[in-house]
Amino acid sequence: MDSNSIGVLMTCPMSPPYLEQELDRRYRLLRFWKFPQKSELLKPHSQEIRAVVGNATIGANAELIDALPKLEIVSSYSVGLDKIDLAKCKERGIKVTYTPDLITDDAADLGIALILAVLRKICGCDLFVRRGLWKNGDFQLTSKFTGKSVGIIGLGRIGTAIAKRAEAFDCPISYYSRSEKADTNYKYYPSVIDLASNCQILVVACSLTPETRHIINREVIDALGPKGVLINIGRGPHVDEAELVSALVEGRLGGAGLDVFENEPEAPEELFGLDNVVLLPHVGSGTIETRTAMADLVLGNLEAHFLNKPLLTPVV
Amino acid sequence: MRSSSFFHRRRRKFSSPQGRNQNLHRALRILSVVSPKLMENKGVLMTCPMSSYLEEQLQKRFRLLKLWDSQMKADFLKQNSQLISAVVGNTVLGADSELIDSLPNLEIVSSYSVGLDKIDLVKCKERGIRVTNTPDVLTDDVADLAIGLALATLRKISVADGFLRNGLWKNSDFGLTTKFSGKSVGIIGLGRIGSAIAKRAKAFGCPIGYHSRSRKPNANYKYYSSVIDLAANCQILVVACALTDETRHIVNREVIDALGPKGILINIGRGPHVDEPELVSALVEGRLGGAGLDVYENEPEIPEKLFQLQNVVLLSHVGSDTVETCKAMADLVLANLEAHFLGKPLLTPVV
Repeated sequence: MDSNSIGVLMTCPMSPPYLEQELDRRYRLLRFWKFPQKSELLKPHSQEIRAVVGNATIGANAELIDALPKLEIVSSYSVGLDKIDLAKCKERGIKVTYTPDLITDDAADLGIALILAVLRKICGCDLFVRRGLWKNGDFQLTSKFTGKSVGIIGLGRIGTAIAKRAEAFDCPISYYSRSEKADTNYKYYPSVIDLASNCQILVVACSLTPETRHIINREVIDALGPKGVLINIGRGPHVDEAELVSALVEGRLGGAGLDVFENEPEAPEELFGLDNVVLLPHVGSGTIETRTAMADLVLGNLEAHFLNKPLLTPVV
Repeated sequence: MRSSSFFHRRRRKFSSPQGRNQNLHRALRILSVVSPKLMENKGVLMTCPMSSYLEEQLQKRFRLLKLWDSQMKADFLKQNSQLISAVVGNTVLGADSELIDSLPNLEIVSSYSVGLDKIDLVKCKERGIRVTNTPDVLTDDVADLAIGLALATLRKISVADGFLRNGLWKNSDFGLTTKFSGKSVGIIGLGRIGSAIAKRAKAFGCPIGYHSRSRKPNANYKYYSSVIDLAANCQILVVACALTDETRHIVNREVIDALGPKGILINIGRGPHVDEPELVSALVEGRLGGAGLDVYENEPEIPEKLFQLQNVVLLSHVGSDTVETCKAMADLVLANLEAHFLGKPLLTPVV
């Protein structure tokens, strides 16, 4: 079987270039973004395309899946699956793979980085120095991290990795998840509001589903309070962004570290003037090491599929 | 009447790091009951502004003299020298030989810092002047900042925040950065702060190596007998030792070369630990991968060539500058002074 005749559709540019280069080398690669009229692409090629490589930005929705009658596998360059119509894939017998575990460390590192950057005002201080302001006086006092209580929403791989790191800073750990976890020593709270009332740093680390949309709402923000800090390394829609913005602007919430927003790449400009927030452009797993490992996993899954071998990381 | 076994149990409890902090808190509670009026005629010289809370408290309890109040420091000291029994200094202005010589009735130097490089300890010992500092209470903040600097440097946190606030995300994604977890961390100086850094870095899966004057028998980390060996064998090199004549420029050209174009340097020690011009040229020329710096050779001056670089994070000596720690440091300075003037054992004596 000549793999160069297998049509693989890549939904959007993904970095590093390594993935695109390898897909191009191994398969007949079609780049969705090069066709301004998407239907223009799909019509002549729809019979060729047996695989889709998507990511957290553009996955495989019902419309795309419907346009590809020969689609056998969607290999996602992400761990989040919210951009893939899983129900439709199941219906059509289309396999789906993703890249779990690989991003766990990077996402957890970023969670801790955001906490430290918000509490110790690292970005603000760096800017203070670069603007030459240190000559006029010292930077302001900030807030200690060690020992503050950390509440985690979602104690999956990423939540657990965050807990492990925060423990090394002597932070008492508590969590909320759909059900209490038997094999953990951390304190469980049966509601997000209870968790928020009982911690100083609240971290969103659960997956995005219809149930967890706006899991951080006005009540939770109020419970976290003017000394509390919210860290979101999940998805923008986890948080009611309008409520978050007004709470921060009005001082009802102490601070926030955000890597995700409801309408990326838009981010609320009302936050740009605040020094108690850190705003990142969805860089959660954006390291060379992890993206290369993710790319290898995407390629490995495709290879396994076309060789009729067991998939490496299928979504169950 | 308490049994001796009761005292024995309490002593054991207080010998752990948590126990030492409890001991300090207990002493602070006792001392805060002392009437401020007992010591209001004791002259205390504060060398420079360092904490408004400390200044207020010193003003309340002692006769406070502020060295920076007068333009003519030499005259000020001459006029008031007989009055001064104590000096409260910090890492900017401590108690050097000249100052100590000008104060014939000086009994104690209570430093608002853990670092002692600005105090002439030899002279103090000679004159029988006691010296105290503020160990332990700032260990966590400094260790937290070391990790914060490593993460901010590797993951370009400040750059990414600026990218977003300047509207650049609308045009393109931020570039890829480099992972922290699992990178090897080398620590120069495995004292309180170095150990606290190691404990945190371990939780990120980082293998730990260290260099110090002698191997630490209780440390499970890999020992390197030279800084160059340590630098050659780690990806993130952290300076966490005390500043002494021996450790000045401990990070020099050879060490920077050994660390290399993929290595990063984190300095939460003192500016003079690092040969700054060598560091700057290595960064500008790409011979060193990056740096996270909280201290510099001539604070508040910082080499402006660094301002253009995205692989450095520059902070203004904020290692222990949190509200919580500054208050704890100030309370320790006050408690040491009170203990001294009441003839009680000092809480955190150095000399």
